[in-house]
Amino acid sequence: MKITRTFAAGAVSLAALLSASAAFADCGIQGAGSVRILSNDFEALRIINDVATSCATADVKVTANATAEHKNIQGPALTVNPAEYTVAVVANNSIVPLLNGDLIRPLDDLVAKYGASLQPNQLIKIDGKVMAIAFMGNGQHLFYRKDILEKAGVAVPTSYEEMLAAAQAIKDAGLMDYPLAASDKPGWDLAAEFVNMYLGTGGEFFAPGSAELAIDNDQGRKVLETMRAMTGFMNPDYLTYDANELNKVWDAGNVALMNQWGSLAGAAIDPAKANPEVAANTGFAAAPTIGGGTIPAAALWWDGFTIAKNISDADAEVSFQAMVKGISPETVAAHPDAATWLVAGYQPGPTAVGVIGNATGGARAYPMQPYMGLLHTALSTELADFIAGKEDADQALADVKAAYDAAAKEGGFLK
Amino acid sequence: MSVATRRPVALNALILAFLVIWVIAAAFPFAWTVWGSFKVEADFFSRQSWWSAIEGTRTQAQTGGAFTLAGYDGAWVKNEFWKAAINTLIVTLSVTLISLTIGTLGGYALARSGYRYAFWILIAALIFRAMPHITLVSGYMLPFFQLNIWGVLPTTIIVLVAINQPFTLWMLHSFFLSIPKDLDESAMVDGCTRFQAFRMVIIPVMWPGVITTGLFSFLLGYNDFAVTSMLLAQENQTMVPKIASFLGSIQNEGNVMFAVAAVVSATVPLFILVLFFQRQIVSGLTAGAVKG
Amino acid sequence: MPHRTFFVFIFPSILAMVLFITLPILSVVVQSLFVQHEAVLITVENCTPFGCETQTRVDTAAMQKLQADQPMGQFAGFANYLNRNHLAVDEIGAILADNRGFGDVAARIFNLPFYKALSFTLVYCFLVTPLAMALGFAIALAVNTLPGLLKGPTIFVSILPMIITPLVGSLILAWMFNPSGILGATLQSLTGDPTLSLRASPVLTWIVLLVYGVWTNGPFSFVVFYAGLQTVPQDTVESAKIDGASRWEVTRHVIMPHLAPLATFVALVQLMDNFRVFEPIVGFSAEANATSLSWLVFNDLVGQDAQLFGSAASTSVITIVGVLILLTPVLRRTWREFNRKAV
Repeated sequence: MKITRTFAAGAVSLAALLSASAAFADCGIQGAGSVRILSNDFEALRIINDVATSCATADVKVTANATAEHKNIQGPALTVNPAEYTVAVVANNSIVPLLNGDLIRPLDDLVAKYGASLQPNQLIKIDGKVMAIAFMGNGQHLFYRKDILEKAGVAVPTSYEEMLAAAQAIKDAGLMDYPLAASDKPGWDLAAEFVNMYLGTGGEFFAPGSAELAIDNDQGRKVLETMRAMTGFMNPDYLTYDANELNKVWDAGNVALMNQWGSLAGAAIDPAKANPEVAANTGFAAAPTIGGGTIPAAALWWDGFTIAKNISDADAEVSFQAMVKGISPETVAAHPDAATWLVAGYQPGPTAVGVIGNATGGARAYPMQPYMGLLHTALSTELADFIAGKEDADQALADVKAAYDAAAKEGGFLK
Repeated sequence: MSVATRRPVALNALILAFLVIWVIAAAFPFAWTVWGSFKVEADFFSRQSWWSAIEGTRTQAQTGGAFTLAGYDGAWVKNEFWKAAINTLIVTLSVTLISLTIGTLGGYALARSGYRYAFWILIAALIFRAMPHITLVSGYMLPFFQLNIWGVLPTTIIVLVAINQPFTLWMLHSFFLSIPKDLDESAMVDGCTRFQAFRMVIIPVMWPGVITTGLFSFLLGYNDFAVTSMLLAQENQTMVPKIASFLGSIQNEGNVMFAVAAVVSATVPLFILVLFFQRQIVSGLTAGAVKG
Repeated sequence: MPHRTFFVFIFPSILAMVLFITLPILSVVVQSLFVQHEAVLITVENCTPFGCETQTRVDTAAMQKLQADQPMGQFAGFANYLNRNHLAVDEIGAILADNRGFGDVAARIFNLPFYKALSFTLVYCFLVTPLAMALGFAIALAVNTLPGLLKGPTIFVSILPMIITPLVGSLILAWMFNPSGILGATLQSLTGDPTLSLRASPVLTWIVLLVYGVWTNGPFSFVVFYAGLQTVPQDTVESAKIDGASRWEVTRHVIMPHLAPLATFVALVQLMDNFRVFEPIVGFSAEANATSLSWLVFNDLVGQDAQLFGSAASTSVITIVGVLILLTPVLRRTWREFNRKAV
């Protein structure tokens, strides 16, 4: 896997880069123009935006808009000519509408000209053309309580089957009533759980080369069966748990095993805020495998930046340079714990163990098919009754297919 | 005053008991929030027991005191919530003033016109009000970007005024209906034009209705999320989208205590406002001209 | 009032509404009749930091041509309204044609997302509206009896539920109702059931949402009714009392008729707002057991990665039609009043 090479290479060059960070003030952007960044609103992106904004000079104007609504703004904002934003920061899923609408430009020329500090694996290539530059990775992975597992006499589970056995052992030992938790809240979270596990089975969501749904199979049923089995070890309120809630029940010491976002690992062991007894015993590992599969059952995510199509070439050039500066090894060296960076010089800390474990274990990336979003929406509403225990797996899969087919017809992907 | 106006003791007790229960139901969540805003998240939103919020064990452990201003510091100082507060002030005041100005004119006209189309305008306004705001807003995006008016406060103000207009029209129309027609009509018989009659006769007696309507316009501008979150760029953000951004997103931790502190401090101006205007709400309507 | 004067007075309002509401609604209605162009898919190799995969993508060049010919997409008539994610006519037909009795029909219809949402929306609308109005009226009557000094603070406290930002208000209430929150834990000890969770079962979730609805909507009725109470003609009240009317009879025959036009207005606004119930569902994380039409629109437009404009447009239009049906009785009343005034 490419990612291991990155991390190994990073360790070597870290010292050299630290000394280079003195020359921060001048970004040395060539040309003149305007940089307008649209991004999501979280710590790592705010850091990048700040660095990019600091590159402003008399010739280069830089503004940034970090907002949770970025997904809904980016489509119309990049459709107009000239686009409202020159840079859109995206992830596996949010790049898809931009690709479908032909709203972002290929970056091959710019990479050749200004991309010296980028590594080959940062380049997101669609049909051979570089369309985005990734800078950080994310994904859901295992959080476990060392003390509880030890008391129950079980090893750190590496598969969902072991996880269920461990939960049984913890419950039998009287250590916890509800040792498991998952982000099963109907909506985006619940659908993500299904996608994670289904990716782990090695199954394909769609028939090759078409938008025909293909999850009504043994793998699909295995995933649902596992999801249902897990709920037997969860707090009765599990239907209201999303990722942020998971961290809170974890912090209260109510849970022994869960799959949670790597980007929330830092908060779980943050010495300033976390519950010290829980934090000291919190361990991270790659996501478990499922049904005898060999890869971690979790989607890998990347965050990266794209450059709008409907802007002048001059704006594109300065925007690209400012963003390369924003995600430069210097930025990463100054904020090593803000994210699991994909940038040269990054030395993974303890909170990156899980995401890197997923990547080295060969986990698959969240699919970028144009109609994946429609499936995610269908899963998000139609699995609710199943996970609440109100219907069986066959009915749930049939419902998902019916909802997806209706949406895909509306989207023009199915006849 | 006849004897019958004095209430029996039992009834008085019943009224009082009902009010006490209601006041507790209305105020307790808020009082609880004010109290909790001086705690850390692990206490106020403790997954172990709500008793932590009273004792503040984690607040003690993290900050060294039973109470902390960390939430307020984080919201107002570190995240520059005051900018959002100023934006909200601008948006809310403008929305209220513009809504009421054009709404009183329109509402008055609707109340005084006997033609069928006035009724149909009211019905159309009602249908407009039924539209989910999210749908309207997602329709605005592309044209606003094309006209290059997206992201700025005036656009949001106009949109909020428009969205609020059906409600304002209906409410003011109802209030104007309760002002006797004879008042302005006799003024017109005396030689005033319609507008003069409106200015000299109606405006002096319309304030209670206008203030009540204004209160709702104000709240709409103050609490709106659908419009402000989608139509404002970050530097122009108002309080509610800012508060929402404190809550975090799927893959990223928010800081709920910033949101709680922000909500508590955002309620202070409302407190002052209501205390100030409740006199108008109470006394104004009884001022004489407005009867039946 | 002459047409010209009327038009001058109402012009600014009409202009604002036409530009920002009528035109968008028209475009939404048009949009709901179209589906997107048939996508031209090509298979390409995509490489990410985590490896390369063969996936499909949309052939944007080919799509641009289709788009240029027919910018709105393909005309689909009412297909968006009738498909499985909305009115689901075919599915309902199949259920009615082949079922195992009434329970089976109900269960299978509520399995369809639109009807699941509609059922909660209607229950919420029809329970919360009258209850909140009754509560608001009761508070208004009670506050009206208070001595002047107590009035101000009581009024302020009474409208607190309305002025707390709904997003955070429902979050805090949801937290208090949590099993480890103050209300949830109190209920557990009161009922003696330590596993009681108000967020786990559908029935309890609905009750909590309804209670929240009454709590947050009551103050609106209170403010309007309270303002209305100040205009009750005191001489009528006095003469009724002299005629020997009891307190209840005065309320029933003098005060309530006086407030009737305001009550019509409150009912109108509240029915409409409650039909669009949305915030409590998100605030209470109740999506598993309760969804609403507005939530469906939200989920189509902003809750997910893919935006379904046509689907959201159809749900929105259905919402408007639903509101109109709901309001027919109120509207007929308004029509009669209006005609009376015209005479």
